[in-house]
Amino acid sequence: MLDIATAYNKYKFLGNDYLTWIWFLIETDQNISSLLNSKDVVTLEVGNSIVLENKLGDKSKEKITIKGDQAGLEEGTTALKKGAYVTQINLVCKINEDEYRFTIKGESLNITGLKTPKTDLSTKENEIEGVVLEKSFFCFNIFKVIDTLFLNYLEQRTADEWNIKGLQDIRNWIGSF
Amino acid sequence: MGLISSTHSVSRYHIDGKIEGSLIDEVRNGLIKHSIPKIESDYDEISAGWTPVESPYNPDFDKFSFLFGTYFLFSLRIDKKAIPAKVIQKYMAIEIEKKKEKSGRDFISKNEKTEIKEMVIDILMHKIPAIPNLYDVLWDYEKKNLYLYTTQKAANEFFETIFLKSFNLKPIRLFPYTIVETKSKFSNPQKDRVQTLVPLKYSR
Repeated sequence: MLDIATAYNKYKFLGNDYLTWIWFLIETDQNISSLLNSKDVVTLEVGNSIVLENKLGDKSKEKITIKGDQAGLEEGTTALKKGAYVTQINLVCKINEDEYRFTIKGESLNITGLKTPKTDLSTKENEIEGVVLEKSFFCFNIFKVIDTLFLNYLEQRTADEWNIKGLQDIRNWIGSF
Repeated sequence: MGLISSTHSVSRYHIDGKIEGSLIDEVRNGLIKHSIPKIESDYDEISAGWTPVESPYNPDFDKFSFLFGTYFLFSLRIDKKAIPAKVIQKYMAIEIEKKKEKSGRDFISKNEKTEIKEMVIDILMHKIPAIPNLYDVLWDYEKKNLYLYTTQKAANEFFETIFLKSFNLKPIRLFPYTIVETKSKFSNPQKDRVQTLVPLKYSR
């Protein structure tokens, strides 16, 4: 295994490319449950923010942030067309009836602002274990979705047909704006 | 900033290796050995250690549980003393005036100013209480997964150091590369192919 700090910097683009792919999946109505090979009905939607970056000719970067519940994503799609990639996205994930909201950062795949489904249990002494187990279960669910999709993405990306099929589909989507 | 709060920020780790002997006893011993001191030190700018989730200000792992179902759950508490710059400025001005009066001079040298600053910080550091911050740690030992409920860099660094000291297990931070290395069922040639990937260009 590579040195951790080196590996983090060298392969952070994989996370950014992954988030860009997630946006593509959402916008092109792909079946997330079948990608996850899950019996549960899993859907993803773009939430209230998306951040993109575009490397400019010199060493500088252009950062495009779109925020707001009703924000249009046109600026983002235009940026994609100019060569930008997603670095952070707020997602709404539904697993059957349960809704999760969170922001995920590409380079680390860290999650912030995760809101899990409401629990009926209280944090009173006799129910604390139940709350802990239920909250843990919710968190594990989300990371399972993230990791399974990520590894599925990498399987596609390392497959021989990626350049003909996968990448081409994303380019066609970006070209359609 | 914890598992039970309404929103969570989470960074993840893969825990490599195994604990020898009785797992629960060894984890309890590690937590007790590196629990946050009950009595705050007057001199330490920062102190950090474990404490039970249900008792953040009384780090008693004999009285409070760290085992929930099959998971270990405890908190990392980091107590930090931070003196606001304006408070230092105020006390420096007072001490500089005192020094001028005592010496009969209407100026003081750069070296004297540095000495006064050090003295002021030293005195204030003893006087002010540390501000505690709590970060929950959820450890699924069987699956080698650990969830730290923060994404703050400093807290992550403290966690990594104290965890290694406590359990002699190295926590490996999970991010794109380490997820492939530790959580995938990819074959070695597949892992090699991932390592040869380069950033995609979406525009034609």
